[in-house]
Amino acid sequence: MADLDLPARQGFTPDAPSAALPGEIPLTLTINGERRELHVRPWTTLLDLLREDLHLYGTKKGCDHGQCGACTVLVDGQRINSCLALAVSKDGCEVTTVEGLAAPDGALHPMQEAFIEHDAFQCGYCTPGQICSAVGLVQEGHARTPDEIREQMSGNICRCGAYTNIVDAIEDVLAKETAK
Amino acid sequence: MNRFSYARPGSVADAVREVGSSPAAKVLAGGTNLVDLMKYNVERPAHLVDVTRLPGLKEIEETGEGGLRIGALVSNSDVAYDPRVQERYPLLSSAILAGATAQLRNAATTGGNLLQRTRCYYFYDAATPCNKRAPGTGCPAKTGVNRIHAILGTSEHCIATHPSDMAVAMAALEAVIHASGPNGEREIPIAEFHRLPGDTPERDTNLGADEVVTAVTLPTPRFATNYTYLKLRDRLSYAFALVSVAAAFDMEGGTVREARIALGGVAHKPWRVPEAEAMLKGVVPERGAFAMVAERILQGAQGYGGNSFKIELARLAIIRALSQAAAGTPQSQTDKRIQ
Amino acid sequence: MHETHFGSPRNRVDGRLKVTGAAPYAGEFTAPDLAHGYVVSGAIAKGRIKSIDTKAALAVPGVVQVFTHENRPRTAFRSNAYQDEVAPPGKPFRALYDERIVYSGQPVALVVAEDFEIARYAASLVQVTYEAEPHETDLEKVRGKAYVPPVKRQGISPPPKPRGDSEAAFGNSPVKMEAGYRIAIEHHNPMEPHATTVVWEGDERITVHDKIQGAQNSQSYITSVFGLPNSDVRVISPFVGGAFGSGLRPQYQLFLAVMAALELKRSVRVVLTRDQMFTMGYRPDGLQEVALGANQDASLQSIRHDLIANTSTFEDYQEATVNWSAMLYHCDNVTTTHKLATTDLYTPADMRAPGAPTGLFAMESAMDELAYKLGVDPVALRLRNYADIDESTNKYHTSKELRAAYQLGAERFGWSKRNPKPRSMKEGRELIGWGMATGAWEAQMAQTSARATLTADGRLEVATASADIGTGTYTILTQIAADALGLPMERVTTKLGDSSLPKSPVEGGSWTAASAGSAVELACHKVWETLFKYARGMDGSPLANADIDRVTFHDERIALVSDPSRYVTLNDALKAGGVEKIEAEETAAPSKLTQMRYNSFTHSAIFAEVRVDEELGQVRVTRIVDAVAAGRIINPKTARSQIIGGVVFGIGMAMHEESMADHNLGRFMNHNLAEYHVPANADIHGIEVIFVEEHDTLTSPLGVKGLGEIGIVGTAAAIANAVFHATGKRIRELPITIDKVIGTPEAV
Repeated sequence: MADLDLPARQGFTPDAPSAALPGEIPLTLTINGERRELHVRPWTTLLDLLREDLHLYGTKKGCDHGQCGACTVLVDGQRINSCLALAVSKDGCEVTTVEGLAAPDGALHPMQEAFIEHDAFQCGYCTPGQICSAVGLVQEGHARTPDEIREQMSGNICRCGAYTNIVDAIEDVLAKETAK
Repeated sequence: MNRFSYARPGSVADAVREVGSSPAAKVLAGGTNLVDLMKYNVERPAHLVDVTRLPGLKEIEETGEGGLRIGALVSNSDVAYDPRVQERYPLLSSAILAGATAQLRNAATTGGNLLQRTRCYYFYDAATPCNKRAPGTGCPAKTGVNRIHAILGTSEHCIATHPSDMAVAMAALEAVIHASGPNGEREIPIAEFHRLPGDTPERDTNLGADEVVTAVTLPTPRFATNYTYLKLRDRLSYAFALVSVAAAFDMEGGTVREARIALGGVAHKPWRVPEAEAMLKGVVPERGAFAMVAERILQGAQGYGGNSFKIELARLAIIRALSQAAAGTPQSQTDKRIQ
Repeated sequence: MHETHFGSPRNRVDGRLKVTGAAPYAGEFTAPDLAHGYVVSGAIAKGRIKSIDTKAALAVPGVVQVFTHENRPRTAFRSNAYQDEVAPPGKPFRALYDERIVYSGQPVALVVAEDFEIARYAASLVQVTYEAEPHETDLEKVRGKAYVPPVKRQGISPPPKPRGDSEAAFGNSPVKMEAGYRIAIEHHNPMEPHATTVVWEGDERITVHDKIQGAQNSQSYITSVFGLPNSDVRVISPFVGGAFGSGLRPQYQLFLAVMAALELKRSVRVVLTRDQMFTMGYRPDGLQEVALGANQDASLQSIRHDLIANTSTFEDYQEATVNWSAMLYHCDNVTTTHKLATTDLYTPADMRAPGAPTGLFAMESAMDELAYKLGVDPVALRLRNYADIDESTNKYHTSKELRAAYQLGAERFGWSKRNPKPRSMKEGRELIGWGMATGAWEAQMAQTSARATLTADGRLEVATASADIGTGTYTILTQIAADALGLPMERVTTKLGDSSLPKSPVEGGSWTAASAGSAVELACHKVWETLFKYARGMDGSPLANADIDRVTFHDERIALVSDPSRYVTLNDALKAGGVEKIEAEETAAPSKLTQMRYNSFTHSAIFAEVRVDEELGQVRVTRIVDAVAAGRIINPKTARSQIIGGVVFGIGMAMHEESMADHNLGRFMNHNLAEYHVPANADIHGIEVIFVEEHDTLTSPLGVKGLGEIGIVGTAAAIANAVFHATGKRIRELPITIDKVIGTPEAV
């Protein structure tokens, strides 16, 4: 303990006011097929932009640090943690969130159907991330066996423990994809 | 997250200029570690240089000597699944797939992975002392919760580990890191890239504050048959290594022409002991020799209580990894049975 | 009425909302005047705040206010005003009450700003200076100061009185087994962080969206703490992103958000960070000793189970931990004790089956150890000592099909093929271990009210203030209501999570299906009776002489079963009654008479297979069979998911979960989901669930016992026993991490 400076004090000095500090930066994103011209501060994450600015609350904040996968969205077709992406750095990208998976007429995406049929969720909070991640998994094409699905879906934590049903749902969709 | 200014340069030269413009400038690529740390107030850059649009850094190219040059912005997924990497450097592909998750690998870049910072609990918690985050405040890990901490190359100031899997494989493959700075390009062998904590634990690497990583080159491939990446952790996926071993042999007939062994999760950098590797030169690989090599690699290892088990775990893991490499049965990263 | 939905697998009625991201959780409600609060968490374990400087934070453009103990608005003076429905005895923690620091991570300020990012940034600028005092967070260090809690926690049975003379019987037993066990502190970590959105409705009225397992518990907490009338506070929480007990008590973000909203007279949202999810309740640490004595014929002669659990310095948290050891087996000499020792940590909280998986990890590990000492099969040992009545209270069971659970579980698992010798089963480099354990949980019913409303369009709405935290409550109540009136499920709407709905206790303890389900059935039955009365009483009714048991409700017609051409339409019946809708509110309560004579439990027999790398000690849990006796099953699909979820929680407890405290700093250090490991997908393999047929007419009117907890109970013990069978290593401290496997010597 001798060499420890016990935290008698907590807090940071404020950033010096700087002329270089930016205002809002223009940003173009195509979100669920709709082109949007936006303005954001550089510290706004893609997740916070979706939820707080665009009120697309389907994408969830579970940890805000890339430790749970609840915020998974597809950016240019690839699944990523939207909590760790600064929105400005995704200028020009196409973003698909859970709200963009169903058809315009309301018909659910096959993965959404499979999740309902296999009871692959309970509280539902990790579910949008699981589904976006599963859609990404199918597109990537690196998982076929249950072992591969389990490993490739390990970036999405489900505290309710629906994992076995999630794997069943994805296997179901993969089998139908293959049969096509 | 603190306030910062933001630039998105269009060339490497501009990026270098931007990075050099402020001592508190930071490079943003995939963001998977930097944004994470900024939200914890561990990193508080004044200026963020977004390099994601730099041209020419997203390709994997032939070097002309059978090797590959991986652009700093190539994502971890794109490296791991590149057919040339899978064929020539399956060790690297395997190590990358042993780390993180599909989402993180899609976002994380090659350069960023090398530069990721330690997962030490105290480093991450701005309410506690930490010599790496706040030099001079002390290292509570030494007498605190240190299950994940280093057993080799520690100093009285810091016992943190480097958390990368990719870098461990690159260390075994003797990759070379290319950096661009105000004085032009330079090459840094990976063994000289990461540092030991010593009395400057705040510095993870020997990369200059005004330098930008542009690429990693992999030398002529020799380790595509007898190799493995064995990672042991607290759950079967999505966890940092307690101990990991990258092992590879260049075989000639039944004997070892050259052995490469790098450890992850045990030190402030991927841990290699060339003298230990040399012990296998010209020998028929077998368990008895592996045990002696493990002893040599772990010479001087020191535990701090919570992590003391790592010494024995590393010994067992080295022996097993060398057995896997010798048998040509690399560890699968999806079937969690240890081969 | 004819049951078509009860007992049948049905998809979740809220499934579409959840898979499209349309289900709103507490932190996702919004308002035009919404401000965002960000909590500043304390850095020391004990002491006082010497100074707190908010100037820099207040100077950030967009910051509305910074609340600290120095400028906190007036709230209730007496600490008991902060006691909620499920609070243990003591003085509840009061955020920002004064300068005292009682645990590390305690909220010390709330920054309220126009947007989330401004609040987060400004929070980092709040300068706090502390005066630290010596603290103690290590239970081992305070075990000598353990005490029997002077005030019993309401609703929690203390250990039963000793029976016989366990000490003498232990001394006389030819076969003895005695060992200490310990579990790790675990945090609930539901995927949705705790959050509250307070919508300012003007005129001191607020609508509160809180992450809570009982909207009325939050409502009464708010009215009590802030001195508001019930009519001015409505709590609406239709969806809860998991809780597992963390949402039973109002958490500090509720207090902070309401405080700020009332003071600022505007809407405020406070969402905790994942790190802050480690600054609230947890499954407590427990030092346990179990001693078992048996005769050579494997009959238990003596049971002793002692526990010292940690609690906070301000509340005596209690849960039923050792009680299970006194009721599960036939034995004449039993002593169980439960003591507490205070630590400078927050108060523990109910976490999925509070107490049972802790106590039964010890007891069921000890039973396995005893089986090996006796040289008998672990299942045979349990059957040999099967208890037909609850000997700890001398009450009958309302039903107990545990014997069948052992049998069916063992059959499905293939237990008869087990070679009992440790290290005897192997495949490749992996040792295979098969272990089993018993699980038990109380089947409770709690007084609950529900309302049913049938409208002229033939739609039925049922409502109660309870919650669906992922358990499937929306779905099963819809099934019950649909059956009661013979409607398709699509015509029924279930409303939950609203304090203005009929009274319900918190959703917890596995009592919701039995309690809310019974209330809904009663209310629906009342509606049906009224509808029939109107239809029969109509002028010239074709049902004039009909009996209620001889009619059905179908296609908006009340018709004779024997002759569907004789009917009255819903519209006509309503007209005849002179009403536009039929509404009934009913209350279901447990039978006092039954409770006097009987105890009611769910039981399980859980079988686990592990594969352990012989050299490196990596354990994989490759197969689980859980045979559960829990009365009638309303929805086999969601019921199976409940058990699977409980088992996964148990796998986490056995293998991964551990909140590690730095006792020098008095602080949990792995306070995030990267270093606090819950099972990931790759950790979970086959989980088979068997529902054992169990007829129970006493536990609840529906014959339902509840399923939320039983899946976790016994799971850790079964896995630990399997690890022993695989390796010959007895690991008595959870979680079973790789260091313990390689570091534990083989038992001789």
